[in-house]
Amino acid sequence: MFKTPCSRLSGLIGVSVKRKLVQNVPRCNQTARSLIQLYRRDPTNWLTYQHLNFLKRQYVTKNKSELHQRAVPKQAPVLTILDEREDGVERQVQRISTIDPVVSQPEDVTSKTQAEISDSKPTAEDVAAQNASVSSAVSKRDETPYVHVESEEAKEARLDRQWKEIKVNVTDLPDIYARLAKVKLTALVVTTAAAGFAMAPVPFDPLLFFVSCLGTGLASCTANSINQYFEVPFDSNMNRTKNRPLVRGQISPLHAVSFALACGVPGVALLTLAVNPLTGFLGALNIFLYTCCYTPLKRLSISNTWVGAIVGAIPPVMGWTAATGCLEPGALLLGGILYSWQFPHFNALSWNLKEDYSRGGYRMMSVTHPGMCQRVALRHSVGLIGLSALAPVLDVTTWTFPLISLPINLYISYLAFRFYHKGDRNNARKLFFCSLWHLPMLLLLALTCKKPRRDPEDAALPSASSAS
Amino acid sequence: MLWGDVDITKRSIFRPEATSTHDWIGPPNPLSNLRPIVYHVPENETELEKRLRHLRQDTEDWNHDFWTKQNVMFTKEKDAFIFSQLNAKGLSVCDEQGRRRALNAEEMAVFYKSFLDTNRVRHADYNREWYRRNFTITLLMARVALNNMWKTVTDRHSRKKSSTPTT
Repeated sequence: MFKTPCSRLSGLIGVSVKRKLVQNVPRCNQTARSLIQLYRRDPTNWLTYQHLNFLKRQYVTKNKSELHQRAVPKQAPVLTILDEREDGVERQVQRISTIDPVVSQPEDVTSKTQAEISDSKPTAEDVAAQNASVSSAVSKRDETPYVHVESEEAKEARLDRQWKEIKVNVTDLPDIYARLAKVKLTALVVTTAAAGFAMAPVPFDPLLFFVSCLGTGLASCTANSINQYFEVPFDSNMNRTKNRPLVRGQISPLHAVSFALACGVPGVALLTLAVNPLTGFLGALNIFLYTCCYTPLKRLSISNTWVGAIVGAIPPVMGWTAATGCLEPGALLLGGILYSWQFPHFNALSWNLKEDYSRGGYRMMSVTHPGMCQRVALRHSVGLIGLSALAPVLDVTTWTFPLISLPINLYISYLAFRFYHKGDRNNARKLFFCSLWHLPMLLLLALTCKKPRRDPEDAALPSASSAS
Repeated sequence: MLWGDVDITKRSIFRPEATSTHDWIGPPNPLSNLRPIVYHVPENETELEKRLRHLRQDTEDWNHDFWTKQNVMFTKEKDAFIFSQLNAKGLSVCDEQGRRRALNAEEMAVFYKSFLDTNRVRHADYNREWYRRNFTITLLMARVALNNMWKTVTDRHSRKKSSTPTT
């Protein structure tokens, strides 16, 4: 996890070469300025080996691309074409540690002068000159032959290091939009809204259901896109988010905003006109809360987590109001369950990202008030048990629900307790992954225990109100 | 910005020629993690386009400066913190196998919190400025795009007008 020269590279070559350079740096200027030149097969093999080790050891695979960032492509004209040839000679600027930029900068300067002096095409003389200074490294490499096939990740990482034209390729757009709109998160949001719709004590209207899910999905896409639009430099600096479309320059900021508007306007309009104004209002409110409150607050105060929990709680309420047309205690209960769920989910996630959050300037409980982070996660996990028990009281579900949901609620509370007690990465990770399956499971159980409507009179009234 | 006797804001001057019709975006800079962009200068660049390009380039440089300083400062302070903590414990920086000693999560949390607290105002100022610039750039881009669309439409219209009398 720590960016140290000695421990970072677990590969044999890496450690030996780096140690050699570290020892030689103060003494030999030439060694300090030498560039390690790796031929096409080797950098990806070497780095692939690193990948496997890192993925095994680390939860957040952040070092993956750090190694790649070292590579400084040499010649300009060659790189205008994205072809394999340019990877033939990859120059790696060996930076010893960021504390000593004096060491690294001369290397940059040297590479610059070399780029100016030498031809645009890599010459054999250059190669030989470089090789001479790192002959020991080369021989070491020969001693340990690795047979590696370049993995997809390594290939992607290599392509990522090249200069690319900012030109939108229409075939890539669906994938770009999916990542811009955080499709997986949107799917989860729509699921919670659908659950809210299904739990409402009214006859199920499939068309209305479909329209409200679509509207909610579009609103969620908008909110996510605007969030990414606001956070480009921060996302670039955090490992979890550095492959987002705007960070990579796959589309322009204007394009992202246009996409957001193209999703948001029809989405909210659909909810307002085809469903009901209350749902439309809630959708617009949620977009506003997420983009204009939560996103800026992330960098100003820890209260962002509570605002974010409200943002997560609104979709099931929207689903319910879409079905019934009014805010009822049942809707608020479902919202309450989602609200409480957000805390174990987010607190556990943020626990293992403390370094990235701190460096990026994000004010999260896990960094500034770790004790509170753990307490709040525990408190709300236990609160889920209470809220599940409240469901039959409000006639949302039968009494079976608190009973059959007790095992999973107890399990997440148990994990939250261990997170509170131990506060280590492992427990945080377990709590986070548990929260991912706990929520759909809970909603499913609630659905199966939904309170059946008994009177035909009751059935007639809601259908009349939904028809009007 | 100088660090020692070297300008740390100087990035590698390697860049592709902006000869094509599009901008180019490069790999993330090792210090700031931001990707540099080489902007394409069209032949009949209007005032608006020029303003946009300058603003984008300026914002890119300003961002790069901030994040370079941020990342370098963070790493430096982190290592200083680790070093002082290890010293307080009476441990050396590297253990028997020569690997750097690491502090556990709780100890590091103290540093992360203090880093955020000391830089609170700086971060808030950066935020405000970044939002302002982002909005301005997007608005300008929208204006440029609309202008270009309008020009294409009027060009096509005038071409049609000038071509029909001859047929």
